[in-house]
Amino acid sequence: MSTVSETTHDSVVAMTSPPSPDDGLTPAELAQKYGLSVSGARVGLGEYVRELWGRRHFILAFSQAKLTAQYSQAKLGQLWQVATPLLNALVYFLIFGLIMGGRGNMDNHDYIPFLVTGVFVFTFTQTSALAGVRAISGNLGLVRALHFPRAALPISFSLQQLQQLLFSMIVLAMVLVGFGHYPSPSWVLIVPVLALQFVFNTGLAMVMARLGSKTPDLAQLLPFITRTWLYASGVMYSIPDMLAKKDVPEWLDDLLLSNPASVYIDLMRYALMDDYSASNLPPHVWLLALGWALLVGIGGFLFFWKAEEQYGRG
Amino acid sequence: MAERTPEQTPKDPRPTVIADDVHIVYRVNGGARGKGSATAALSRILRRTASPGMREVHAVRGVTFVARRGESIGLIGSNGSGKSTLLKAVAGLLPTERGHVYTDGQPSLLGVNAAMMNDLTGERNVILGGLAMGMTREQVRERYDEIVDFSGINEKGDFVTLPMRTYSSGMAARLRFSIAAAKDHDVLMIDEALATGDRTFQKRSEARIRELRKDAGTVFLVSHNNRSIRDTCDRVLWLEKGELLMDGPTDEVIKAYEKETGR
Repeated sequence: MSTVSETTHDSVVAMTSPPSPDDGLTPAELAQKYGLSVSGARVGLGEYVRELWGRRHFILAFSQAKLTAQYSQAKLGQLWQVATPLLNALVYFLIFGLIMGGRGNMDNHDYIPFLVTGVFVFTFTQTSALAGVRAISGNLGLVRALHFPRAALPISFSLQQLQQLLFSMIVLAMVLVGFGHYPSPSWVLIVPVLALQFVFNTGLAMVMARLGSKTPDLAQLLPFITRTWLYASGVMYSIPDMLAKKDVPEWLDDLLLSNPASVYIDLMRYALMDDYSASNLPPHVWLLALGWALLVGIGGFLFFWKAEEQYGRG
Repeated sequence: MAERTPEQTPKDPRPTVIADDVHIVYRVNGGARGKGSATAALSRILRRTASPGMREVHAVRGVTFVARRGESIGLIGSNGSGKSTLLKAVAGLLPTERGHVYTDGQPSLLGVNAAMMNDLTGERNVILGGLAMGMTREQVRERYDEIVDFSGINEKGDFVTLPMRTYSSGMAARLRFSIAAAKDHDVLMIDEALATGDRTFQKRSEARIRELRKDAGTVFLVSHNNRSIRDTCDRVLWLEKGELLMDGPTDEVIKAYEKETGR
């Protein structure tokens, strides 16, 4: 080890009184000469995607860990994964099914599955956005301690919500069967609908993550925005039925039906309920679903990546 | 020093970390002095005054140094002098306000505060922590027993299958250190890690750090323990109030530091 300390000693002296070829170089020139790169600089998009792919096991493990940690203190433990959506569905059945007795021109047989599907699918998007807004600001410890592509966090959170939704889907299947909607080939459509919605949600979570990392106040504001969105997306009522009674221009009808939440909800209802026919869907609904997923998914990812080197400050 | 390339003189091993006039500013919300009422906040937003409820903490002010391969560098200074902040900037974890940090490869910060989930078992935290550091699943599986044995948390019963919230603070810190130390690093930065756990564990972790140093190109060590700096470092940076007060061989700097602090 003696040689090490000698060299070191000399190099320190070399910095103050210079007998070396490196002398006279500015730090930037020195860095260039030896091919050093700026620490923590944002990498190119391709490299970023590659790094992110390299962390896929972490993303999955992190989302599962978050999911498990949620109920780890409860006596019933992981049973709550299913019990929570089940209780939710029961509350809706109690209020809308038993007390109010259906709604509009739908009776319980249709309304309860209609409502529960809407609530579960909307909750998936809502919780992804809410988790996304805290993805960076709520994990500063992790961001400041370890080096990884930060997009891993919002992706992981939206993956956690997807797993949560899969538990809810078990309950939803029970509700559907309970009200006489038996499994049919159209149930296969669940897969593409969920895949598209997941891409949309992840993009949304990434947009929220960047905004929330700069403006933590958004976490307070967002619940009100998502609730407004909930009421505007036909979760508890059918948009065409509701607007038919009012004297509103048709474009408003189309606008409400084209909003991403209502697109994914309607497609899910179409997939699951036998008598929810295609006439309830807006035109080009699959294109809309795909378009929203690509626009928000890719756009959100780029938006998030643009500020990669800024996360962790403040 | 086998990595030295021909064009480099013995006096100039490859630089691994270059800090060029680094400034780091923390922005803290809610630390504002003066009126904190809602109306005051609103009027500030409406008038577009800078920093509504925001305070800036200038933690590192214009630090410049060059670290070379084979060096082991200690960082000293009183609490809040910017040592840990500087390390985080070198690791690329904190963005610099002005100036640049250039590094060779990806420096790793070996902290005992890497995030873990208290509601999960020690077992899952080992896996999660390993993956978070960028190890592959195979590497984690390979090193799993090693990590658990090293931490010694299973010496007093099967603790690794219990949630981490049931651990004593010492046990948790030992597990965290063991996970962090399981990976090999190019540029290794150690933040007060030596103060972890009881005497036996400290000995064990010091030995592990010496091992890591052998493989690493450059080692940074933050410590308030002058003895451990003397034992492990051959160059010392003395930071005070975010400024680099002194940079030189360990003996000189520690002597000056001890004179200043009256020890």
